[in-house]
Amino acid sequence: MASRKDGAVAEIEKKIIEAFEVFDHECNKTVDVREIGSIVRSLGCFPTEAELHELLAKVEEEEPTGYINLEKFLPVMTKVLLDRSYQPIPEDVLLHAFEALDENKCGYITKEELIKYLTEEGEPFTEEEMEDMLSTALDPETNTVRYRDYISMMIVDET
Amino acid sequence: CETVEVTAHLFLLSQAHGYFRAAILIQNWYRFTKARLETRRRYSLSIFQSIEYADEQDQLQVCNFHFFLLLIAFSHILTSPGVSQVVDEGLSLTEFENKIDVPDSYYGPRLSFPLTVEDANALLHAFRNEQLLHARYVLQLLCETRRVLKEMPNITHLSTSYSKEITVCGDLHGNLDDLLLIFYKNGLPSEQNPYVFNGDFVDRGKNSMEILIILFAFLLIYPNDLHLNRGNHEDYIMNLRYGFTKEVSKKYKDHGKLILCLLRDVFSWLPLATIIDSKVLILHGGISDTTDLDFLNALERSKVRNHIHVGVIFSLKNLAVQMLRSNFCYLQILDILWSDPRSQNGCTPNKSRGGGCYFGPDVTAKLFERYNLKMLIRSHEFKPEGYEISHDGKVITIFSASNYYEEGSNRGAYIKLNPELIPRFVQYQVSKVGTIESSALKSLREKIYAHRSELTSAFAQYDLNSTGRISVSDWAAAMESVLQLELPWRMLRAQLVQMTPNGEADYMSCFYDLKIGQPTKEVQPALVETLCRYRRDLEIIFNIIDKDHSGLISLEEFGQTWKLFASHLGIDMYDESLDKLVLSIDYNKDGHIDFNEFLEAFHVVHRLEKKANS
Repeated sequence: MASRKDGAVAEIEKKIIEAFEVFDHECNKTVDVREIGSIVRSLGCFPTEAELHELLAKVEEEEPTGYINLEKFLPVMTKVLLDRSYQPIPEDVLLHAFEALDENKCGYITKEELIKYLTEEGEPFTEEEMEDMLSTALDPETNTVRYRDYISMMIVDET
Repeated sequence: CETVEVTAHLFLLSQAHGYFRAAILIQNWYRFTKARLETRRRYSLSIFQSIEYADEQDQLQVCNFHFFLLLIAFSHILTSPGVSQVVDEGLSLTEFENKIDVPDSYYGPRLSFPLTVEDANALLHAFRNEQLLHARYVLQLLCETRRVLKEMPNITHLSTSYSKEITVCGDLHGNLDDLLLIFYKNGLPSEQNPYVFNGDFVDRGKNSMEILIILFAFLLIYPNDLHLNRGNHEDYIMNLRYGFTKEVSKKYKDHGKLILCLLRDVFSWLPLATIIDSKVLILHGGISDTTDLDFLNALERSKVRNHIHVGVIFSLKNLAVQMLRSNFCYLQILDILWSDPRSQNGCTPNKSRGGGCYFGPDVTAKLFERYNLKMLIRSHEFKPEGYEISHDGKVITIFSASNYYEEGSNRGAYIKLNPELIPRFVQYQVSKVGTIESSALKSLREKIYAHRSELTSAFAQYDLNSTGRISVSDWAAAMESVLQLELPWRMLRAQLVQMTPNGEADYMSCFYDLKIGQPTKEVQPALVETLCRYRRDLEIIFNIIDKDHSGLISLEEFGQTWKLFASHLGIDMYDESLDKLVLSIDYNKDGHIDFNEFLEAFHVVHRLEKKANS
């Protein structure tokens, strides 16, 4: 029993190390602190920005250097994966979220509305993030986002 | 009234929370997909780079093979002793004019020497319209370029006096679009607009010749304002492997050989480094802890024709002692053309390239102190943003070939250095993650196919009961140990192998979607796999044997070469099998093999791709 559990933990650790190394340009077991979000997400987790900050606090050095060490990151991330923290957002929940913003339930959200919600509510988008989402999501002819289509397109791209 | 107000307030509050929650979900999900895309892009680039470096490493190691000693016994290498001496100094512009005719039907640029800006503009215009420069002019241009380069020292000294900004460009690798974009954004070279091009002008891209022509033309017009440093790809053997030789042969069929010979000379005369205001050192690769700029300045650079060729001789043990002195020249040049900076201190052999070293900030600091330098600008390494700053701001890598691996893979960049020697970076991209990723995976699958037998036996070692399934962990370990590529295997797993319902890897499914282009029924699968794996090495060897660059070698030569190669690799070969193979390829039955056709036959085709094309 014990050995199988260890095996599972070892496998998780290897996954984490792999993901870490993708962003470790200099191959010296450190990554830029700004990449931690990508690493955590590439392991299948959906942390909010607030949750990411909490995580960072655990893995940063006392005197922040701008870099995160694998040594500190590994045990923290292993626990995250074992505890299954930051669960993924299922497609239908995502759909409901878009629908909540679609007051008239017409199947689309206007560009202005979307910008307003996503740059003022929740954990606001930066200008760059907003532009980037619009570049894929917006139908330039109607200036709206047909969210069902957008979601299906993004999900397909994922797999 | 009160109740209504409270209800309204509650309603608004719940609405607010509703929006907050919805927004945060959407933002969270968006950031997740963005991160995943970025990760996929990164590991795709990682795949390209690992395979590229592994290839380069093979490249430098092929020359250390015992096999080459045997090939030398064929006296194909040592008796073409200075193939470049064939193109002697005596050849002049007028000789080319007399010997090579330019037909009236040729509408391309007609150069007249000494070149002027009009000639340069004519060239740019022609190349934009995909025209070729006639061989006679190419040869004349190369001749003049050699003459001019010979006058130059190994290390060029420049100054930013007269408030000029100097533009430094990195690897171009045959990407003409990038050069044209740089000239468009930054202006053509002139006395007011000096440039330094830091090596690797050729190979990989399809317009290496045109890039050289343009750069050499400007060099002749503005010899004090257009400067070139040699790169590791300005080398005959690299060109055989990475496409430049093929490009020239294809474009200049009859005169290709002469052009290639003259090019070997020209490359060997390219300066090794440039120093600006005695403070900024610019060279292609990097430095080592033994780099000696005075020595580099004094040595006879043209004698180190191809640093790899010299390495072949280097590997002959009994000549090693005699070569010691020339080895030192060779090593100094090898270091500056191949080394890469790393953040760890020290100077260690560059394992991924197989030549040069990894140099740390301490090595840089020491060199700077010794020669009173402020900055090192180098190229040689692909960078997604076109440039990168390391060693605490002291070392800059500049890479000018955008979309190097695939459309959308990276930006290119160039540096503008002002008289205060402060660098300013300009980035560009001559025009998607999807394309890079599928392209990277294609390359990786080809490697997998080429190592099929080894992989199969490695997998089998974990599969003691021959179930056809092993754990993901074991699968990853086997892949890494056989292919020798440090990649995130668990991330790539879904794209490479099928899983069983209980989470194990059905390891033979790695090979399902791949097969060889032409059905070669008569040939053993192991032989096919070997040919596939060593296709590029064989290409180089055939090219060396084919001295007149005709693309043909005799059946006998082919058979002998193959036998040598096979015995070196320890492959068991039945003579019959080889004969059948050879006959199946000698389509004309005239006793000669077009080895390019032969090698094409062992190009791995992807089943899905074939379906799409048929």
